[in-house]
Amino acid sequence: MPVEEALLPKDLAAAEGMVNVQINGVWHRFPKGTRLIEAIGKSGDEVPHYCYHPKLSSPGNCRMCMVEIGMPARLAPGAEPTYDDEGYLPIQWMPRPAISCATMVSENLGVRTKSTLVEEARHGVMEFLLANHPLDCPICDQAGECRLQEFAVGHGRGGSRFVEQKTKKPKNVDIGPRIRLDDERCIMCSRCIRFMDEVAMDPVLGFSERGGYTTLGVHPGRKLDHNYGLNTVDICPVGALTCNDFRFQMRVWFLKETPSIDTNCGTGINTVIWTRNDQVYRITPRENNDVNSCWMPDSHRLNFHYLHGQHRLTSSLVRDGDHHRSAPSHNAAGKVASALKSAPKGTAALVVSSRLTNEEMFLAKRLAEKCGISAIATVPREGEADDYLVAADRNPNTQGFLRIFGDQDRAATLQSLRDDVRSGKIRTLLTLQEDLLAPEAGFTQDDLEKLDFLASLHLLDNGTAAAADVVLAGSGFPENRGSMINVTGRLQRLNRAINPPGEALTNWEWLATLLRETGADVFDGEAAAFKALAASDELWQDLTLARIPDNGIQLYETGIKIPLVERERERIARGEING
Amino acid sequence: MPPNPKPATPLDLPDELRQKIDAIVSRYPESPRAAVLMVLHSLQGRFGYISEDGIRWTAERLGLEPVKVLEVVSFYPGFHQHPVGRLHFRVCRTLSCAMAGSIELMEKLCELKGIDIKAMHGHRNPVLVSDDGEVSVEYAECLAACGFAPVCMVNHDTHEHLTADKAADLLGQYRAKSGETSAAH
Amino acid sequence: MDSIRYIAGKEPHPRERRMIFRNVDREGWDTRFATYVADGGYLELRKALAMKPAEVTAEVRTSGLRGRGGAGFPTGVKWTFIPPDNTKPVYLICNADESEPGTFKDRYILHQDPHQLLEGMAIAAYAVGARKAFIYIREEFPDAARILEEAIDEAVRENILGENILGTEFSLEIIVHRGAGAYICGEETGLIESLEGKRPYPRIKPPYFPAALGLWMCPTIVNNVETLCHVKHVIAMGGSEYAAVGTRNNSGTRILCVSGDVVKPGYYEIEVGRMTLGELIDDVCGGMRPGRALKAVIPGGSSSKVLRGDETFTIRTPDGASSGLALRDIPLDFDTLAACGSMAGSGGVIVIDDSRSISWVLNNINAFYAHESCGQCTPCREGALWMRKITDRVVEGRGTPTDIDTLLSIAGQIEGRTICAFGEACAWPTQSFIHKFRDELTGATSEDNAAKASNPEAVAQRRYLAEAAAAGSAR
Repeated sequence: MPVEEALLPKDLAAAEGMVNVQINGVWHRFPKGTRLIEAIGKSGDEVPHYCYHPKLSSPGNCRMCMVEIGMPARLAPGAEPTYDDEGYLPIQWMPRPAISCATMVSENLGVRTKSTLVEEARHGVMEFLLANHPLDCPICDQAGECRLQEFAVGHGRGGSRFVEQKTKKPKNVDIGPRIRLDDERCIMCSRCIRFMDEVAMDPVLGFSERGGYTTLGVHPGRKLDHNYGLNTVDICPVGALTCNDFRFQMRVWFLKETPSIDTNCGTGINTVIWTRNDQVYRITPRENNDVNSCWMPDSHRLNFHYLHGQHRLTSSLVRDGDHHRSAPSHNAAGKVASALKSAPKGTAALVVSSRLTNEEMFLAKRLAEKCGISAIATVPREGEADDYLVAADRNPNTQGFLRIFGDQDRAATLQSLRDDVRSGKIRTLLTLQEDLLAPEAGFTQDDLEKLDFLASLHLLDNGTAAAADVVLAGSGFPENRGSMINVTGRLQRLNRAINPPGEALTNWEWLATLLRETGADVFDGEAAAFKALAASDELWQDLTLARIPDNGIQLYETGIKIPLVERERERIARGEING
Repeated sequence: MPPNPKPATPLDLPDELRQKIDAIVSRYPESPRAAVLMVLHSLQGRFGYISEDGIRWTAERLGLEPVKVLEVVSFYPGFHQHPVGRLHFRVCRTLSCAMAGSIELMEKLCELKGIDIKAMHGHRNPVLVSDDGEVSVEYAECLAACGFAPVCMVNHDTHEHLTADKAADLLGQYRAKSGETSAAH
Repeated sequence: MDSIRYIAGKEPHPRERRMIFRNVDREGWDTRFATYVADGGYLELRKALAMKPAEVTAEVRTSGLRGRGGAGFPTGVKWTFIPPDNTKPVYLICNADESEPGTFKDRYILHQDPHQLLEGMAIAAYAVGARKAFIYIREEFPDAARILEEAIDEAVRENILGENILGTEFSLEIIVHRGAGAYICGEETGLIESLEGKRPYPRIKPPYFPAALGLWMCPTIVNNVETLCHVKHVIAMGGSEYAAVGTRNNSGTRILCVSGDVVKPGYYEIEVGRMTLGELIDDVCGGMRPGRALKAVIPGGSSSKVLRGDETFTIRTPDGASSGLALRDIPLDFDTLAACGSMAGSGGVIVIDDSRSISWVLNNINAFYAHESCGQCTPCREGALWMRKITDRVVEGRGTPTDIDTLLSIAGQIEGRTICAFGEACAWPTQSFIHKFRDELTGATSEDNAAKASNPEAVAQRRYLAEAAAAGSAR
């Protein structure tokens, strides 16, 4: 058998579009075009950095990500390369460290991340960054998630040699309705400027002055009021930009993080819900490159205070003459169930919000079947898409509704329900998480007064509740667990971060209770409901609620694209960002 | 923000200068933004400094956010954001000139015009204006005539070998010159 | 050359060889097109246009011409870095942002001989395939900007610039672009950012090497004023003949700008390497001021490392032997100065005599770099200002001996860690002044000062150190 010429590692890698990189003595293989900082991350090591952000251009200004690199020596003309036993070329180490954020991996590249050279470089950068940095960590909102604090522990010297006057800069600067700037804390990494230039495309931030006096700011008379502005707070590695809404509210280390999804529109932006003692303190975006990249609009992230506001229902109510009185849950549920059950055929209806989870909708459908209700409508909620992430469909789970209740003209169905209420055909109505008096629902006070029995499951004390015979105190998005399908056809999971207040129950618990009251079998939790639902739909068959990945799973393509995500893909293709 | 040949921000510019600026911008078809330094030079040539309106006007003219113009204006000491004196002295502070006596020249100029030299200390070469607005002074970094130090620019003119003892004479010369000009008007 | 007469009192020194400065201070000379052409101007452009662009580049490579801006990189090699498969427009930029302290050569070319530069640029643009070129000129040369614009207008009228130059296919537009007072714009990628209308923050290299990704991400060649003028002479003489001027690997002439404590400071154009530092100072510049001795020389602009007047350098010759070389015997070329631990840089020689305090000189230089740091990257932004703050104190008599070590350490934390060469430019003065004059600098400080400082930072540090010492755990 003829001896084949042995293939070198570089040839084997090249055949797969890969290159070999030695990191701290161990050879790894990465796709060509990988940034060294990402490659090192994949190798299990971490590179401290401030300015680099995979979704933004790389100016290489913080100098924290420097590593020692080396390459094979350049061969003299005519010289043959000498490979070692493993088939690699000897590495000639460079005397100066290189920034790993802008270095691309290459064949036979050597990297050291723990050498004296690297540690000294990091010490130097840390000392410089802290030289003029105010020591106001005790009152700084960034404390606990500050990169300066983090890296000072691992890469700092401990003491300070700086005995000069620190440079004075503007503090507590009002740069927009939702954001505050402290220029003394700013380390000039320019992440926020690049975000506003490249992603928000509203370049209102900039540096003025120069050298050690460089100062971040907005132009006088201009404001950082863009609907995506708070993302700058997320990516600020220090406490220079803080969120007015979260400022001084809570130390971050007391907060519990729950991954979940946003329910303000059909995009289903992936989020982290930050809570303590059943209270939401803030919501931040969670990276999902198919849905929202690393970003979310201010309007969505700040829309949670109503959960803890004065209109929140904390117990169920039943009508007693011309006013409501609190009632135990089983009592309230019993009244609703018996009203639905006893309604003559064709006279009862359900309004099922497209803000409900698939599992809640599935229970609602079971309830309707059990009670012989065929009049079911949802409330379409159309707005304008914002050309970034916000979808025109302001319901988070329209796709789920259509899948569970069948394809339909939702506006026409709702119109016909309104007509039937007005004509007196429908006399019993249960609304699930919809205020019927809201403009998009289109019912009037007169319409509601025509009904013999009206029940409202909602988390707020709204107009419909005021008109209802029974009010079931329900739950809001951080209190629910379940799945939704976004406008592109992606199945994602909502996780429970907190419990409903007082005697309020989750929507799931209410629907389960109502079903039980009608004598039906009830699933043992949302996961069981999901399983039953999945069994009836071939697209989801192999899934369980728990097995939906944190970043969701594409069930089908609706053809709807998310503009910001599309733009990001183009930038990655052009090599402008790592992505 | 698209470039707008007719910015909304009011700025009192003669037609001739407007046309000159149009010509400047047209030299950079690749990107109007590249014209920013040259447009700012035109405005400073007219007004003596770059006002807030000047920044906004320039931003609108070139299709930029005003902060992107401020980024540039505030970076370069060659642009002033406040009015300077009728005679603007730029005294070179860098090594060869300082060795040849430019610090003493600055002290002399301040003394002659009653400018508080203490305000000159610090790290940012501030512009100080005499109370009567006739003279402003600032330190400049290397004016590139080091062999003939100390060097000082007065408006657009460069003066070499300008030691402190010649400061009063120089001031006198410029006064005489401006006297002639005003007499001619 | 014999027929040329110079303005009385401004005659070149007999040791000079005037190529680039041939017309500087020339009697009867002015900046008009007719004057230049009557003197044989633009013949080299005609000659170049009859060659293929690659042939022009080849001549420049053969000449061994090295950039006169500071780094001394071979010009012809730089031109070949444009990607061969390029389809984008190519730009040529003349870096006329002369601002390295101690350097003042370009000023006289720009003010007195603009057509020489335009001719050099036209030849270079032809060679690299540029159809549009910029002269980025420092703001402090307003007259030169006007003179250049007039010269360009004249040249366009005479079909030396503009469309179909001299009836050929080659067209070239040259635009005068004024800076606004920033040393960092001398750095070529900072210059490009400035030209694009942004803050002149230098770009990271890789990937943004101008020859591939320069102005508007197109291939861009940036050359210094003096360098571009030399191109004309390379074409006039032919690459090989030009290479014979000066010394091996250090070809041509260069203009040395002498300032500081000599009797006759000024500009002197010499053959590279054919004059020693001692000859320059003692013969050409008339020696030190009366009664003064040479203390130090900064040989290539303020960022080059300082040399002591009484220093002897050990130089390794190409054959491997080493020899001692006194400061005054250093030949003024690129390679020997590098071997002595400094650099020829931009040609700005600053001479310092024994009347000067070293701490004052260093502080003046530190103030320059603190003021000129663009502030983009951490080490330079924070380090340059910190070093200035320290030498401020030393000069005011408030320094402590540990400050000198701190200074050295800060400089070491800047050098080699920044986006652009400004990091070295601001670190080298501090490093070299401490290496060469440590005793004098330490002598300017006092142990007692550490206990006197009253600013909060110093007080806090004293308390920290005291407490740590008391706890026996000073980290």
